[in-house]
Amino acid sequence: MSLLELEDISTRYGDFQALFSVSLSVNAGESFGVIGANGAGKSTLLQTIAGLLESPTGTVRFDGEAVEHLPAHKRVTRGISLVPEGRRVFPSLTVHENLQVGAYGKRKGPWDLDAVYGVFPLLVKLRNKQASFLSGGEQQALAIGRALMSNPRLLLIDEVSLGLAPVVIRHLYEAMADVVSSGMTVILVEQDIAQIMEVADRVCCLLEGRKVIEGERGAISREQITEAYFGTRTG
Amino acid sequence: MTWVNVIVQGVLLGGLYALYATGLSLVFGVMRMVNLAHGDLSILAAFICLLVVGVVDVNPLLALVVVVPLVFLVGYLLQRFLLNFTLKGDDMRPLLATFGLSVIIQNGLLQGFSADSRGLDAGRIENASLALGDKVAFGWFPLLILVVSVLVIVLLNAFLTRTQLGRAFRATSDDQGAARLMGIDNKHIYALAMGIALAIVALAGVLMGIRTTFTPGIGPARLVYAFEAVIMGGLGSSWGTLVGGIMLGVAQTVGFQLSPGWGIFVGHLVFVTVLAIRPSGLFAKTVS
Repeated sequence: MSLLELEDISTRYGDFQALFSVSLSVNAGESFGVIGANGAGKSTLLQTIAGLLESPTGTVRFDGEAVEHLPAHKRVTRGISLVPEGRRVFPSLTVHENLQVGAYGKRKGPWDLDAVYGVFPLLVKLRNKQASFLSGGEQQALAIGRALMSNPRLLLIDEVSLGLAPVVIRHLYEAMADVVSSGMTVILVEQDIAQIMEVADRVCCLLEGRKVIEGERGAISREQITEAYFGTRTG
Repeated sequence: MTWVNVIVQGVLLGGLYALYATGLSLVFGVMRMVNLAHGDLSILAAFICLLVVGVVDVNPLLALVVVVPLVFLVGYLLQRFLLNFTLKGDDMRPLLATFGLSVIIQNGLLQGFSADSRGLDAGRIENASLALGDKVAFGWFPLLILVVSVLVIVLLNAFLTRTQLGRAFRATSDDQGAARLMGIDNKHIYALAMGIALAIVALAGVLMGIRTTFTPGIGPARLVYAFEAVIMGGLGSSWGTLVGGIMLGVAQTVGFQLSPGWGIFVGHLVFVTVLAIRPSGLFAKTVS
């Protein structure tokens, strides 16, 4: 059964159209990967789902209800949470306070301070440190933990690996495997194809704002993805 | 001893300035907005208090129970239904809107109350003082103002650091987009911040109205003093704001002691000097 259904989404920034009639559906409990080059519209897609941007056309249905006109803060209380590109932790707040703010919507569920510290033990030592002093990897862990604090049913994660060392990325993906296996529905955005193919059950690829390919992880070949990613035709 | 007395009076006056500045600093801190009607709204609060006292004949200090919540409500509605709309787009919009508001309030008050000097009568506490030797005397009322302003800063700090709503204020101040992703309605937070700021400034306006006289036209000067206190103390630091207010108060009373025409001037001079030496203020705490 699908938890999220997008139909005919064409989000624009002023005069610039970033997405062209994108439709997609994500099942409950699934981990769904969105890949594509820089500027393909991946972040725009996530922001449209989270409610930071609005599409002039189409519908966003979450758990069977239309949410396209709900502002971002109300979508959080419905159970949609976004880990934004560039992490965007609250720099003047401590790690602990960042997590507390994550629980602002008061949704009930399994995730609380203890659970988040359990998944990201590195945050325990840092709990009283101001978030602006954290390294990139620590900030990314905090941003994911903060999003989990809202007890989402759908977690949107925008480019976990951006600007991080491979070893840090591996640690983060291990932690996220825990989250995925807890039954959470997750949409992951990445530029790094190899990384996402390990976690996602199903992937789609965006090219210049259009969905060009979609399918089960095993059903798409690397060549097909490369072709979709760059918009080239091989052979 | 005369100078000791001058300093003491300056510190006490600084308490009032700090109170004005705290509201201004809160609004700027949470929504990066400068409210040019800040001073006029405090004078408006003093006139509202005058009306309340005229109708029910109570001590103006008691009338605060009505005036402060009322002005909180005015602040909330003002932000929610007018000023929030000016926050999209360029920085000039809120300045123009609040400048217009300032003109409207001043002229409205002038129309309703004339340009006469008014005062609020709080009874004996106004003139009671504690003499320490021949030359030094504490007025109980100015001392009360200083105590109130310290108390307001302590409470505001506790609110911002210890409560979930206070943390939401700080999160919104850091990154309003990310705050919305936490389920925080930034428009509601902005309105609350304006409400709290104006409640504090209403307190300042009424206390000032008891301490001295006021006319519809003195709001902008209050705004300037509040600015100077905030900037000298350093943005984002509430205790810095108190220190800034006290510095300004002392500078002004020292100036007045030197020559009656110099008070305000010496205050501005100290402000400019601090700005030249430490442009970010004495205790700036903003995170870049």
